[in-house]
Amino acid sequence: MTLLDVQNLRVTFDTETGPVEAVRGVSFSLGRERLGIVGESGSGKTMTGRAVLRLIRPPGRIEAEQMIFDGQDLMGASEKEMRALRGKRIGMVMQDPKYSLNPVMTVGDQLTEGLRRRDGLGRRDAEAKALAALDAVQIRDPQRVMEAYPHELSGGMGQRVMIAMMLIPEPDLLIADEPTSALDVTVQAEVLSILDTLVRDRGMGLIFISHDLRLVARFCDRVLVMYKGRVVEELKAQNLLDAQHPYTRGLLNCLPRIGGPRGPLPALDRSGAWAE
Amino acid sequence: MTTLRAWLQDPSPTSRRQARLGQAWLAWLRIQRNRLAMAGLIIVVLLLLIAAFAPWIAPHDPFVQNLGNRLKPPGTPGYLLGTDDFGRDILTRIIYGSRITLYIIALVAVTAPVLGLLIGTVAGYFGGWIDAVLMRLTDIFLAFPRLILALALVAVLGPGIENAVLAIALTAWPPYARVARAETLTIRNSDYIAAIRLQGATAPRIILGHVVPMCLPSVVIRVTLDMAGVILIAAGLGFLGLGVQPPQPEWGLMISSGRKFLFEQWWVATMPGLAIFIVSLGFNLLGDGLRDVLDPKSAPK
Amino acid sequence: MTLIEIDALSVTFRAQGREVRAVQDVSLTVNQGESFGLVGESGSGKSTILRAICGMAPVTAGTIRIDGKPLPTPRGPGFATRVQMVFQDPYASLHPRHTIDRTLSEPLAIHGLGDSDARVVKALTDVGLPANFRFRYPHQLSGGQRQRVAIARALMLEPTILLLDEPTSALDASVQAEVLNLLSRLRDERGLTFLMVSHDLAVIDHMCDRVLVMQNGRAVEQMSRETLAQARMTTPYARSLFEASADRMLGGTPG
Repeated sequence: MTLLDVQNLRVTFDTETGPVEAVRGVSFSLGRERLGIVGESGSGKTMTGRAVLRLIRPPGRIEAEQMIFDGQDLMGASEKEMRALRGKRIGMVMQDPKYSLNPVMTVGDQLTEGLRRRDGLGRRDAEAKALAALDAVQIRDPQRVMEAYPHELSGGMGQRVMIAMMLIPEPDLLIADEPTSALDVTVQAEVLSILDTLVRDRGMGLIFISHDLRLVARFCDRVLVMYKGRVVEELKAQNLLDAQHPYTRGLLNCLPRIGGPRGPLPALDRSGAWAE
Repeated sequence: MTTLRAWLQDPSPTSRRQARLGQAWLAWLRIQRNRLAMAGLIIVVLLLLIAAFAPWIAPHDPFVQNLGNRLKPPGTPGYLLGTDDFGRDILTRIIYGSRITLYIIALVAVTAPVLGLLIGTVAGYFGGWIDAVLMRLTDIFLAFPRLILALALVAVLGPGIENAVLAIALTAWPPYARVARAETLTIRNSDYIAAIRLQGATAPRIILGHVVPMCLPSVVIRVTLDMAGVILIAAGLGFLGLGVQPPQPEWGLMISSGRKFLFEQWWVATMPGLAIFIVSLGFNLLGDGLRDVLDPKSAPK
Repeated sequence: MTLIEIDALSVTFRAQGREVRAVQDVSLTVNQGESFGLVGESGSGKSTILRAICGMAPVTAGTIRIDGKPLPTPRGPGFATRVQMVFQDPYASLHPRHTIDRTLSEPLAIHGLGDSDARVVKALTDVGLPANFRFRYPHQLSGGQRQRVAIARALMLEPTILLLDEPTSALDASVQAEVLNLLSRLRDERGLTFLMVSHDLAVIDHMCDRVLVMQNGRAVEQMSRETLAQARMTTPYARSLFEASADRMLGGTPG
């Protein structure tokens, strides 16, 4: 059952020195599964995620042959219809809670804001739902966190709050843009396992955007590898080590490994035609 | 022309000059996209041109009196904007008055921001008691309403254009110091400052070469936005008879002397007032547009 | 031969009446020509140690000696020609308004070293950048290129010790490989001594001979590269870092 179908997505920015294409014809479809989008900086992976939610402002523009979410045409939808979708049916978790949580509102206020304004719940009901959401992301003292401000939370805690906030309205699709990149290694593992449980339990679709190929391979069912705005390879996560495309292979091989050889790391060879 | 363009947009400049000009060119392209900023720029450029070519474009002499021609309305042949109570052509006086306006703006622009920048960066960089002393000094100056302080200074120093400029400049520097200090506090912990310190640079080199260039955009924007205020204060001083003295065609002075005729011969005071309004607006629009261009955060990564 | 000796170092920051003990009682030694790694998560104090060596952190106890002699405060010009640092964020460590040429020639100007034209061009080619990058601005360079410039800058005064604060953390994987290769080559060519900080165990393993694991300002375990590679660490924290390392997530070595 296809949740999201994207055909020939293009994102272009009109700068003073001419148009810059961030995404050049990306196509993929997603069911209730986990899709990883991997790429380095400039690959267009973040822009792809933003384009699905039509969060790109001028001078950027989105073009696509088709972008359909659960039967609804995203390209043709009005801004009002998109607003109804965002948050409620498609959620987005971003990289650094320092920048994505409002620093002047308490966590509780931010969690309940959507519920009270969008869904019209009373204060008590909204708070109960918020506490339940914090509990679901395994925060041990949810009441204390409700009253705290974002800067009083650690990185891992902040990211969990972000995830809770996005999951309260119970969206069908979650787009996670580098959700663990700003976190310490040990905390990353915790947050990922929480995300794992939640996505699995609720049968959500997940688009996991990251620069970390190994992380994505472990966490997702399928992986899209992007380079300079295009998808260069699409494969099942378990087949990652059998990747064929020179870029994917190069990316796998250039990483240092504990216990690996100490000679120069094989650098990526960008001379192939695919590097255009 | 295309080779000049190519030279400016060369991704690998071969000299410092080419690099600097290339960046300026890109800034120019950016500002062109902002219609309002371009409007402001055009107004400012017009002001400069009018001031520069005043003797050639002004139809009459700004000082010669012609009492038979007093208070003629706008549209009278030969007197596009009418005449004042001494029979002098208002258009001519406005044109010549632009020179005075420009003189005042230029003097203030090179003194107040420079002073404020130095005080602010030194205070912000060193912190501690240097910061405390300098900021208290700034607070003292900030606490006075600008016009009152300017009035007091002019009253002590005597009327005249130079004293008016000095008075305005002495009251205008505190906001620049504040802005510069705020920027310095942010910059001071940057890695590039740590790097240059690690290379053994002395404080003057760091402040002048590394901190000040980063504060410049905020200060420049502030200057353009302040220009409107400076013009108005100079006009206010002129209006009160404490700045430029008659028969100089300073716009504020013209408004002041036209006050008596405001209801019947409205043009005597209103025309110079319009001139002040347009020039202030121009500087404001330009300042807003410069914010987009000079903001380092909007520079592409 | 011991080049850097840190003995019972403590660094405490005081702000608004509160104390943060960034480093508590840490000792380590680095031998000449060695590459020593400091690994830990955020708040471990590893970067603070580098700053303390540079005189940019409030040392409250302990000593730092280079070549047997304690460091003077302020560090003085002689320090700059012996110890230099490469910072983590290539977007923040180069002055945005200075051309590359200015960034590279300024250390020479400060120390009155002549022949800056030739030296700047040589520095660029040494780090694998074309000489025509000289008059570019940092925002016209990619992250990897900026980091190369940062490395070139650190080497302008020909130091013997290079402090590296997460030099590749902000870079893409493919660019990281190039920069790590560059650092290894430069170290071999110039006989440099490295003190490198990272949160990435795989990078540390690749680049360093000995490693100190830190947590919350304290030294947890020091090990040789062999111990790390064979997973023979003794403390539970070091082991948890090893387990969580993304390298392990893939399981097994790729073909």
